[in-house]
Amino acid sequence: APRDVQKEIGDLVAKNKVVIFMKGVPEAPQCGFSNAVVQILRMHAVTYDAHNVLVDEELRQGIKDFSSWPTIPQVYIEGEFIGGCDILLQMHQTGELIEELQKVGIKSALMDPEDEKK
Amino acid sequence: VNLLTRNMSGMAGPVASIIERKLTDMLKPSHLQIINESYMHSVPKNSETHFKVVVVSESFTDKKPLARHRLVNDVLKEELSSGVHALSINAFTPEQWDKGRQVDKSPNCMGGF
Repeated sequence: APRDVQKEIGDLVAKNKVVIFMKGVPEAPQCGFSNAVVQILRMHAVTYDAHNVLVDEELRQGIKDFSSWPTIPQVYIEGEFIGGCDILLQMHQTGELIEELQKVGIKSALMDPEDEKK
Repeated sequence: VNLLTRNMSGMAGPVASIIERKLTDMLKPSHLQIINESYMHSVPKNSETHFKVVVVSESFTDKKPLARHRLVNDVLKEELSSGVHALSINAFTPEQWDKGRQVDKSPNCMGGF
């Protein structure tokens, strides 16, 4: 049967709370922007699924169609497209990322102990 | 003030010029900066594949970051589906810009394309 990439992606983003599409793998990113996403998630000690678009050309184009977003990396939280590197960095700097993770039941390693009581 | 980076021969590349025109026409920015960052990546000299844009516009008022980025992506849809391969977007309202929002430094290339 022919591959249904859109359906595949739909399944992938539902499989884990945090899912990213990147160039390379978290242990060895092959793009500075993808690396930035990996490092931010590492600081928050988030577990996530990572998909390497460099080894799958159909996935690389498919995810751009799926998200209506033209570039890689791409970050999904609970099946919702969050943005790329710029947006994740901004959310990280403002504390918004900690909040977004908290909303889906993930406790960021950077969460202020005071905020945990809220 | 529009700042357009120029290559070694003193001319802005064709893609950079198109980007400038489209963003100016569609978003009427009070400040616009287009930086060709292709030199930071593993692509041939004088490529126009990786850009950073700093856009200050009232069009971004009441829009969350993702919505702002989608707006810019939409304006540059053609470029993003042809040669432009990476686009770093810094989108501010005039109020935010005047308060001194910082433009982030783009990360270094890590070899892949």
